[in-house]
Parts: sequence; structure tokens; C-alpha cells
Amino acid sequence: MEVKIGDPTLIKRYINGDERALAILINRHNQRISSFIYSKVNDRGITEDIFQDTFIKVIRTLKKGTYSEEGKFLPWVMRIAHNLIIDHFRKNRRMPMYQGSDSFNIFSVMGDDQLNAESQIIKDQIDSDLTNLIDELPADQRDVLIMRIYKDMSFKEISENTGVSINTALGRMRYALINLRKIISENDIVLTN
Amino acid sequence: MEKIYSKEQRQFELVEAKQETVQFLLNFSKSLEIIEAKGIQFEAMLN
Repeated sequence: MEVKIGDPTLIKRYINGDERALAILINRHNQRISSFIYSKVNDRGITEDIFQDTFIKVIRTLKKGTYSEEGKFLPWVMRIAHNLIIDHFRKNRRMPMYQGSDSFNIFSVMGDDQLNAESQIIKDQIDSDLTNLIDELPADQRDVLIMRIYKDMSFKEISENTGVSINTALGRMRYALINLRKIISENDIVLTN
Repeated sequence: MEKIYSKEQRQFELVEAKQETVQFLLNFSKSLEIIEAKGIQFEAMLN
């Protein structure tokens, strides 16, 4: 017949230097403590970590001789585990980690600033249509428009580059835009995304 | 009104810490030595 040695006896033996007593204690309560931790954190890896930290505290307390709850070993260990679980959740609240599940995926409510493939194709199409339209403009107006819009030059720089006055450059820009709008409306071109 | 518990209920699962975790704890225990000097306790790892 197997004689079961009680927790208080094992703790006494362990404090007196019998390391095997600790092995019995850990193996005896392993499943209950691990299952308790797992029921709260729902992750095997974190369960192992908290289980380990719990017993490190237990070992330190017993070796220092500050353990005083004789006969109530398991509830004491459970309370240590419980406190460590709370610490774990507190730490995670500062650094939240989102894990998607079948019913909710964080990426369905989060997006990036990039256009999706369809919008990108439409944008490219508009850009190329606009380039073709600009090619239809008279050369002097086209040059001013390209320098202003695509090369981002000021009207002062444009006037210096083309050898005309600022007012002439402004006038050419104005006519360029008017003519572009005219071509667009005459040909029923839609340039929106 | 009747309550609908459509949310998946988590089953209570029995788990055990791995044997290597247990072994680590036993080794930790063996190597930990508490030294007391003038009423102050010191931890020493005998590795």
C-alpha cells in the first residue's frame, strides 16, 4: 500500500534540505496549478512561464524560512500564481497584442494609406489620359503648364526660362487650363477616381 | 426572453507543465543557497 506523505511533512523535509520532497510537491500539484493558470491565460507558453515563476517564488520563500502557512500549501501557491497572472495581464495592457480569431480580424478594420490595386490602375489611367490631353495644347501653353505643375517652378522662374514676362506666363497658364477643360468637356472625358 | 448563448464556451482543459520546466525548477532549487549574515539574507547561486 502506498503511503501518501502530507504537504506539511514534505515542506518540512524540503526546508531541512531534502530536495526530493520538492519534486514530489511540484509533481503532485502540477496539473491543478497549470490548469488553473491555463484557464486564465489560455496559452500554453505563458502557462509554463507563470508556473515556473510561481515555483521560483515558492522555492525562495521556503529556503528563506519565511513560509508560515502550514497545512495550506496549495491555496498559498494558487494565490502566488493568481498574483502573477494579474501581473501578466497588467503588463500586457501597457503593450496590447491583438490576435485575430475566426469571427474578428483586426485587419478588417485597419487599413494602410496605399491605394488598392484597382484604385492604383485607375489613377495610372487618369495620369496617362491627362498626359495625352496636355500634348494636345499649343506648345507655349503646354511648356508653362508642365513647368508649373510637373516641375513645380514659380512663375518668376518660368518667365526667366521662357524669356517672357511673368504676366504672359500667367496668361499662358490660364489659357492652358481653359483649353484643357474645353478638350475634356468636348470629348466627354471623365477624369475622376 | 430566452437567452442565446451563441458564443463559444471555453472548455476547462487539464494541462500540465512540461517535465523540463519541472526539472529546471528542481535544478534551480538545488543551486539556490540562502546565506545569512548579521541578520541579512543573501541569495547565492551555486553553479
